[in-house]
Amino acid sequence: MPILSLQSVSRSFGALKVTDDVSFDLEAGEALGIIGPNGAGKSTLFNLITGNIAPDTGRVLLDGRDVTRAPPMERVKAGIGRSFQIPQPFGGLSVYENLLVAARFGGGVSAADAPDFCMDILSRTGLGAVAAKPAGGLPLLQRKRLELARAMATKPRVILLDEIAGGLTDAECVELVGTIRAIHAEGTAIIWIEHVLHALNSVVERLMVLNFGRMLMIGQPDQVMASAEVREIYLGIEA
Amino acid sequence: MTINRNLGLGLAFVALALLYALPALAPRAVVQDLFGILTLLVLAMNWNMLAGFAGLVSVGQQAFVGIGAYAMFAAIILLGLDPLVGVLIGGVAAAVFAVPMAFFAFRLNGAYFAIGTWVVADIARLGISQWKALGGGTGTSLPKGTAKEMAFVDQIKAMLDVSSAAAADALTYWLMLSLAVAMLVASYVFLRSRMGLGLQAIRDNENAARSVGVDPVRLKALVFLLCAFGTGLCGALAFIQITRVTPDAAFSVIDWTAFVIFITVIGGIGTLPGPIIGVVVFYALQRLLADYGTIYLIVLGCLGIAVMLFARRGLWGMFTDRTGIDLLPLGHRPPQGGRVTSPTRRTA
Repeated sequence: MPILSLQSVSRSFGALKVTDDVSFDLEAGEALGIIGPNGAGKSTLFNLITGNIAPDTGRVLLDGRDVTRAPPMERVKAGIGRSFQIPQPFGGLSVYENLLVAARFGGGVSAADAPDFCMDILSRTGLGAVAAKPAGGLPLLQRKRLELARAMATKPRVILLDEIAGGLTDAECVELVGTIRAIHAEGTAIIWIEHVLHALNSVVERLMVLNFGRMLMIGQPDQVMASAEVREIYLGIEA
Repeated sequence: MTINRNLGLGLAFVALALLYALPALAPRAVVQDLFGILTLLVLAMNWNMLAGFAGLVSVGQQAFVGIGAYAMFAAIILLGLDPLVGVLIGGVAAAVFAVPMAFFAFRLNGAYFAIGTWVVADIARLGISQWKALGGGTGTSLPKGTAKEMAFVDQIKAMLDVSSAAAADALTYWLMLSLAVAMLVASYVFLRSRMGLGLQAIRDNENAARSVGVDPVRLKALVFLLCAFGTGLCGALAFIQITRVTPDAAFSVIDWTAFVIFITVIGGIGTLPGPIIGVVVFYALQRLLADYGTIYLIVLGCLGIAVMLFARRGLWGMFTDRTGIDLLPLGHRPPQGGRVTSPTRRTA
């Protein structure tokens, strides 16, 4: 049974169909990449999966259970963790406390276990040194890492990463990819929206292309990237 | 810094001991005066929890004061219960009223929430004015001698060797002081707990809080109900001493909410010691400007505006920023190399 399943999910904002009849299954432990031009509905698709937005039609299943109407906090506890495209730290709390909230609520970690659990994630994501710093004052790279770390602290079985490599230098990107690989290696399923294709394709096993809310293609990354249609839409190359 | 903090906490304990001893040391007028200050302090602590920590800027707290007071009067006059039981009933009645009020007000956000709570409080005032058994619009008084016949008054009278009236004042004073201490300890424990952490996350970013599993509505509703209970207890206790209740006095937005907002903002909204500092400043101003009538309110207003513009976290926030001393820090320190600091054991 797939861990996550979308069945004919559609959502409109006024006359604009931002998600148009999208269906796919995600197997446990799988890594799926999503690409598409700006405005293709990638982040909206994430919001439909996490419950921040409800679909107009279609169903979202988690472990075969219908969660289409379940609020975000329920889905987090059921195992869907997410990072935001634009980092949304709890600015008044320290980096450590940001993780503590996620671990205690979303991850269901006990008060006794939480400190070590959080510090472990912080050191794995390279944030150990800034644990006591206020999250509001972090530079971009560390904000992105905090998004990832906080999502990890909710103990997800599926982790949704929204353009987490965007705006980073090559060296920073390599480090981040290393961390994401390690998460994947532990058996966590990943859905990753990314414009930095070389980073994305070095991790994911399948690639989905969204265009105007529709799923244009889904398959092995090299096959998808070789498709003339994808090259035209996404890379602007005349076929 | 730790030395400063221990010194601060030590001074606080000495001050607290003095406050408890006050009825044995000071004349009755001083006890009554301090009772009024403590009433405002408890209300300010409750409002600070709502607005400063849960982001619920309520302008309808007078609803809970009024309902607490009226429930207490009803318990004494209609049911013949002891006033102290009446106070408990007042708190419970306020919490019960908070349930339908929350259903209405929680559909509103920000400024609309503020106006919505105000409207509900006024509806409660108008509703209570229809209660003929408790005097309708003109209100009613406690039966003569009610306060003197309260439980424990005789023992206090013998202990302090004072009149029954003074013993009753001492009792209500001790109860209000204890309520203030209980509020402070409960707020500290709550804010340092898992739920308090969630509350602070919601305050910073509600959307992100939801995405890490925090349920904002549930947590805010819990704080709203608990604060309604605290405010109701406080209102009921305050009116034992006032002995007379009218809808206008019990549901006064100026007395029970506007002054309380002023105190919290001046002292430091979103900090635990803030309301304590605020109430001291408020009382000093009241004393200083007592002879100047309306000018007093104008000065209060101007001072409030100045603090909001130049010291957004109030006097206590400014003090903490300048000196780094925080008597009741709410943060969770990351564990470092086996040295796990656990400030939870230090309660005030």
